[in-house]
Amino acid sequence: MQSTRRTKKIFNTAVVALVGIALLWYFVKIYQGRNFTPSIILQFVLSGLSTGSIYALVALGFVVIHNVTGIINLAQGEFVMLGGMIAIELHKGAHLPLLVAAVLSVLAVTLIGALMERLTIHPARHSPIVTLVIITIGFAFATKGIALLIWGTDPYSLPAFSKGPPLDIFGATITHKQLWIVGVTAVILVGLYFLFERTLLGKALRACAVNRTAARLMGISPERMSLFSFALSAGLGAVGGVVFAPATYITYDMGAPLSVWGFVAAIMGGLVSSPGAVIGGLIMGLLGSLGKGFTVAGLGDAIALLVLFLILFFRPSGIFGARETGREGL
Amino acid sequence: MIRETGWGRYRNYIGVIIFAVVVGLVPVLAKKYVHVMTLIGIHSIVTMGLCLLMGYAGQISLGQAAFYGLGAYSSAILTVKFFPWLSVQMGQPDLESWWVWPWVAILVGMVFTAMVAYFIGAPILRLRGNYLAMATLGFGIVVHGIFKGFGLDFVRNITGGGTGIPGVPRLAIGSFAFWPKEIYYYLVWATTLLVLLLSLNIVNSRVGRALRSVHGSEVAANTLGIDTDRYKLQVLVLSAIFASVAGSFYAHYMTVAAPDAHSYGFTASVNLLVMAAIGGLASIWGAPFGAAAVILIKDTIRDVMPKLLKYASGEHEIIAFGLILVLIMIFMPDGVTVWLVDAVRRTRRRTA
Repeated sequence: MQSTRRTKKIFNTAVVALVGIALLWYFVKIYQGRNFTPSIILQFVLSGLSTGSIYALVALGFVVIHNVTGIINLAQGEFVMLGGMIAIELHKGAHLPLLVAAVLSVLAVTLIGALMERLTIHPARHSPIVTLVIITIGFAFATKGIALLIWGTDPYSLPAFSKGPPLDIFGATITHKQLWIVGVTAVILVGLYFLFERTLLGKALRACAVNRTAARLMGISPERMSLFSFALSAGLGAVGGVVFAPATYITYDMGAPLSVWGFVAAIMGGLVSSPGAVIGGLIMGLLGSLGKGFTVAGLGDAIALLVLFLILFFRPSGIFGARETGREGL
Repeated sequence: MIRETGWGRYRNYIGVIIFAVVVGLVPVLAKKYVHVMTLIGIHSIVTMGLCLLMGYAGQISLGQAAFYGLGAYSSAILTVKFFPWLSVQMGQPDLESWWVWPWVAILVGMVFTAMVAYFIGAPILRLRGNYLAMATLGFGIVVHGIFKGFGLDFVRNITGGGTGIPGVPRLAIGSFAFWPKEIYYYLVWATTLLVLLLSLNIVNSRVGRALRSVHGSEVAANTLGIDTDRYKLQVLVLSAIFASVAGSFYAHYMTVAAPDAHSYGFTASVNLLVMAAIGGLASIWGAPFGAAAVILIKDTIRDVMPKLLKYASGEHEIIAFGLILVLIMIFMPDGVTVWLVDAVRRTRRRTA
């Protein structure tokens, strides 16, 4: 027993070391061909942080819903798409001021999230989790199709929230758009912290996450908390979409990849922890950007996934996760 | 399970025979459905593997299409590139398109995919809950990325990059080719029925009971002396082998292995999951019906949608597909087949 475990450990270490050496050799080979100054690397970091903020918002949505209901909501990325699209529609189509359009869009998507829970999840709430996850997949399909019907395949963008020359940080530049993304994410995080730690609603949500039966005995309605978690997650996604819209193009089919990367980020953070989700999102963004910058475009995501595998291998419960996740899983 | 007596014992075999007769009559009676039915057969094989993995062992795979793709690409790469090259190297260029090569390629693909599944599963299956879903999801993305070439020339040279590998030969034995498609149809469905029988036997064996106990409660299964990790790993490998075979058949049917997301990407994995769920996760018999339901629903919507909405086309089908999926999952959470069987029972009880 003791010896097999040791051989296993040696084997694991050897595998990881080999992979590491191969990667290092590859990086060095690529690095020799180009000239990386510290400011260019800082540039990669900054752009990684802004992409990572979006992942973090999506991952937070995953964690909130998973903690309260145990569901993996694979429509999470669609909320980002909807948030961006509706804000653009309100600003460009209905000529509302930018900030009004943004706020209205977040409210609208929050309502869509609540409707989704009432119409699709609530009627099936006694089914196994797998069934509920597939329902969210169905919802994601339908949403994507409706978006295609309304907005077509064209990419849309929003004007910047504030204009001005890009800021200079040690030779790297950060644009106002990126500042908005990072700043709004930070504000949302502080807000969520207060919601969960200081309000009765937040405490009720957390109680549901710890033990649903006990929460019910305390007079908390898990059904209402489920509704609230979907609305909150939808709102978080929409905020991501609204701040993301000026920095990139919003297309009808951007939801699925965001869901995947947000889920990856959430898993990296342990799937039960909000700080973990944020850190996971930022790590994914950084790895993607640095990987892209140092190697070739297509490899960025692969490197991010490789790191995820390594984390799962050595710390299966994620960076911030408990030793064992309490719920039965998907 | 209590040993059944009388005809009930042969229920599965009788069912398979009836099913085989019905399927066998399709090319004779309804020629225009041969193509769709071939696709249904191929997807049934993958879906049965997923049913074993999800419905019986309780493990979720979000990357089954990657195993499917590995099968397809193994067949394509070996038959188009490697074996002809090998024949020339051996000094026998007339062996370049030998009929044996595709079959060898299918076998090599199976072994390779099984090994990959083993190495993915061994560390991951010790974990509970979402981690297999996560690992297979990541694995699926990476494999699909490799098919697309990752932006690296040496990978692109092997997998054919965005265009994939055209010119995959048809299957044949000696001078007897499995073509036109009616003949290929019989080959596919013969395999599907074999896989169906095999899966039904697994489910009704000691292994099947062990798997169900893992699904019910892993801790309880463990205390009863069932090596849960081993069984979970075996089922993952088996489902990967099924997927690989199906992928090979698909590549030989389409004569190309191309990396579009609808065949081997995340969308495809989700599609397979949906097939398994609609058929009923814990029902092997449901798998062919789930595959048929998804493929037929999509085809019908694709035909009907443009007539209903003037400017609807292309991907608009996913609206209706998504809604149907949600409705099925709300009203028939155990899958369509289980719901139908229950409905028949209910009406029978009411009339009795």
